[in-house]
Amino acid sequence: MTEFLQHLVNGLSVGTIYALVALGYTMVYGVLKLINFAHGDVYMVGAFAGYYLSDLVGVRPPWADPPPGAGETFVKATIVTMGSMIICGLLGYLIERFAYRPLRHQARLTALITAIGVSFLLEFGFQLSPLVRSPIEFPPGPSPRVFPALLARDGYEVLGVNLSNYDIIGLLVALGLMLGLQWIVYRTRFGTAMRAVSFDSQVAGLMGIPVNRIISWTFVLGSALAAAAGIINAVSRPRIEPLFGLMAGLKAFVAAVLGGIGSVPGAMVGGLVLGLAEEYVAGYTDSSYRDAIAFTVLILVLLVRPAGLFGRLTVEKV
Amino acid sequence: MSGNILEVSDLRVDYGGIQALRGVSLAVPEGQVVALIGANGAGKTTTLRALSKMLRPTTGTVRFLGEDVTRLQSHQLVARGMAHAPEGRGIFLNLTVRENLELGAYLRRDRAGIAADADKNYALFPILAERRDQVSGTLSGGEQQMLAVARALMSRPKLLLLDEPSLGLAPQVVQRIFQVLREVSESGVSLLLVEQNAHKALQLAHRAYVLETGNIFMTGTGQELLASPEVRKAYLGE
Repeated sequence: MTEFLQHLVNGLSVGTIYALVALGYTMVYGVLKLINFAHGDVYMVGAFAGYYLSDLVGVRPPWADPPPGAGETFVKATIVTMGSMIICGLLGYLIERFAYRPLRHQARLTALITAIGVSFLLEFGFQLSPLVRSPIEFPPGPSPRVFPALLARDGYEVLGVNLSNYDIIGLLVALGLMLGLQWIVYRTRFGTAMRAVSFDSQVAGLMGIPVNRIISWTFVLGSALAAAAGIINAVSRPRIEPLFGLMAGLKAFVAAVLGGIGSVPGAMVGGLVLGLAEEYVAGYTDSSYRDAIAFTVLILVLLVRPAGLFGRLTVEKV
Repeated sequence: MSGNILEVSDLRVDYGGIQALRGVSLAVPEGQVVALIGANGAGKTTTLRALSKMLRPTTGTVRFLGEDVTRLQSHQLVARGMAHAPEGRGIFLNLTVRENLELGAYLRRDRAGIAADADKNYALFPILAERRDQVSGTLSGGEQQMLAVARALMSRPKLLLLDEPSLGLAPQVVQRIFQVLREVSESGVSLLLVEQNAHKALQLAHRAYVLETGNIFMTGTGQELLASPEVRKAYLGE
């Protein structure tokens, strides 16, 4: 039982990361019918942006002397997280504006291949040895870096399960962001416009909806969520390097497909289900199967329910 | 402004090497109904799509309310008072009737006015009022067409482009739609109407154009075209 609960905690912790990243895939797919393969790398950039921002605002580790107070920790962690979300939002905007928009009216495959190109650009661009040394070393280069401790880790034991404040805060922040997004998509004018663009962008234009602006904001939102995921993940698993977005991105993509690509609630559920599935299978069998789970899930979904859990059945009447 | 709300000159559209429009010029006088008739593939829908920028014309100029709007995008035209109820109705089937109507008023901020206009539309089409909270995908074809017209009116357009509002509908529904279009026209909105049902269109229209393979082949008042032997033979089935 204890083991079961422990896997539940770990699975949720990983699952929320997948869910946050999957939301970006699904929203962009919704409005453009494009799999933005660079999205996993935006998640990586989010972690690095957090890394550099921590440096710039002078985050002091919990073991510093004197240790940072609760207020200082909170303010700096917030600046780092929000700052990274803004930087990635901007990055998402730029990727759409300069890489995808010029190809909007070309064959869909063109944009897909461009997405892979942007992904490579970020992955390998970040592996170049630093061109700038001060105030930050950028690009970071290929060797892993250690993400600074934004806050002190407090471990608890509940019913024999190891929990930390990292898990709890990460889960709460992720849930908050997802609820916020859910509210934006289903309760605001922007959200309605986004759903309209996703259903039919040409007709959305006829309603007076500025389609390009909606698409830009969709990238901004999705990328900001990926940045938040990058930070949450880096806080509990602090080893970051330019290629770590690759696998996370692929898995989040699987999560989006599992939930039904294009569906916002689907991405959330898909992420959690995938995180839990990985954790349970790896935990009860062999942890080297961890990465295989995601792709087994992908194959099963495509075989059994290609529209995904929340995939919408198209209602069409003539 | 010469009394025309819309002036189109030499509009050309190419679909990857195929010329769909080969230089269409037409005008919609303010407050009037202009019909565009022609066979399948003549370019009627393409003309409307090029006017509302669902597709980009190759050349030609479009003046709307005296302003050159050739370079503007769809949403900017809506802001200036052009609405387009597109072919195939373009209903957001995943949204409710109410949400569809609200989207028609996307650029408006006056909540009270929007609500009043929605009520006006529900009065015009009572069946929509009954179904206002239903997902539009469950509406019949005729109901969807009514919704498309109602939604287009929600932006309070000065010019309404209508693409085949009677396509595939039962005769009573066609009657109802044309009756509403007449009322809309009498309220001062200019209409540019594309129709297969040439007879009905020409009866309503002050002026009409006949399109053939991407060219304007003939023009005249609705009555003139109704009386023309060529039109009677080709489009009225006589």
